[in-house]
Amino acid sequence: MSEMLHAQNVSKSFTLHTQGSVTIPVFNDIEFSLSAGDCIALTGESGSGKSTFMRMLYANYTCSSGSINVRHDGGWLDITTASPHAILDMRKRTMGYVSQFLRVIPRVPTLEIVAEPLVALGTSRADATAKARGLLSRLRIPERLWQLSPLTFSGGEQQRVNIARGFIADYPVMLLDEPTASLDVDNRATVLALIEEAKSRGAAIAGIFHDHETRDAVCTGSFDVTSFKVGAND
Amino acid sequence: MTKMNDPLLRVDDLTMMYGDRVGCKDVSFELRPGEVLGIVGESGSGKSTLLRSISAQQEPTKGSVEYQTRIDGTRDVYEMSEAQRRLLMRTDWAFVHQNPRDGLRMNVSAGANIGERLMAVGDRHYGNIRSSADNWLGKVEIASERLDDLPSTFSGGMQQRLQIARNLVTSPRLVFMDEPTGGLDVSVQARLLDLLRGLVHDLNLAVIIVTHDLAVARLLSHRLMVMQQGKVIESGLTDQVLDDPQHAYTQLLVSSILQN
Repeated sequence: MSEMLHAQNVSKSFTLHTQGSVTIPVFNDIEFSLSAGDCIALTGESGSGKSTFMRMLYANYTCSSGSINVRHDGGWLDITTASPHAILDMRKRTMGYVSQFLRVIPRVPTLEIVAEPLVALGTSRADATAKARGLLSRLRIPERLWQLSPLTFSGGEQQRVNIARGFIADYPVMLLDEPTASLDVDNRATVLALIEEAKSRGAAIAGIFHDHETRDAVCTGSFDVTSFKVGAND
Repeated sequence: MTKMNDPLLRVDDLTMMYGDRVGCKDVSFELRPGEVLGIVGESGSGKSTLLRSISAQQEPTKGSVEYQTRIDGTRDVYEMSEAQRRLLMRTDWAFVHQNPRDGLRMNVSAGANIGERLMAVGDRHYGNIRSSADNWLGKVEIASERLDDLPSTFSGGMQQRLQIARNLVTSPRLVFMDEPTGGLDVSVQARLLDLLRGLVHDLNLAVIIVTHDLAVARLLSHRLMVMQQGKVIESGLTDQVLDDPQHAYTQLLVSSILQN
């Protein structure tokens, strides 16, 4: 299958200037590759840096060295050196990210928040809204809530809004940070179905999944970040 | 023709000195159409000085500010004639002040506040001006029946929205904002943020927004510049600067936010 993302010799450390400039090394020489149709589980115990690595793949965190190339716009974009414009364009058109946190402007209706990534891609507001309605229904968000800001919702509802927003555009690359963490059985099944649909249209997916069942159900492989921890092989 | 990726504004090596004291020093950046740049830093870090120097309100000691005009191509704004510069400032540029009183005329009606900027660019048809003003009141969510009221009878949040309407009525391409949500209640702030984001997107505005509120910067801006003692000490993609800050001062700023 065609390769969509390739991380090479990636290292990461944090320097905490406010705490005596202590440097905390995290990863050394990560090699990671993601192809179309893959769904790779990032694994490792709590605190091993799974989320940190995922944030690096989204260019939310910088890399201390190495390169992360993403297939974007018919070529390869190294997001460790790309301009902010190029990264924003990559996120708009190529890479979706379902995070555990919902960061939105208060007052904006849920329907609009979910439709927004499609509108940004040039889809008409009517078509984007229709697709947003479909996703919100599938994820069992009651219709009476659609015109309200999700900031007033429960944790599980907010997470489903995040998922709807992440899946509305058919991104070629998708990053999923604990997409099923606080969901009931029915909604978990819906999310698994969404992941399967994304895989079958050829999306390249990397995810963090807290439970074995989810991992076993949708993943085509796993990647243990622990082996790239600094000091792992000492 | 201005191409999508050509910079609208190019600031090069801008320095403003007040005698021996540094206002801002060696600032360079480019801004594209539709792009929102946030400038953050504590008070006294040079944010407002920089904004005034870029927006042709205060000639810098050194450096240049080049703008892609609609007709004459790229021009250094401090090399234009006074008349050209004034025309630019009231047509293609807009400036939203923290205190709406600095950007409004408090002794004329809301409608006249909006209409005045249209008349300044040569519109003389009373009916057109009035309907334009009414239309803009609607866009900033102020009821039509307030068209003939004085801004002094408006709440702070409404005054701020009126100031935005007055500024945007001439379809500017570049908007400068100095702490636009500064003096407002949190609930009013949210409404204004929502409004600003919608307008920026729908009108493809380029914006330079000065704020000390990192949450506002995160929600509105694509890119951030962090200033300390007049210098830009860190800049880049907004979420990268806020979530993985590299400079000691940025780390201090980010770690000082109260969590809720």
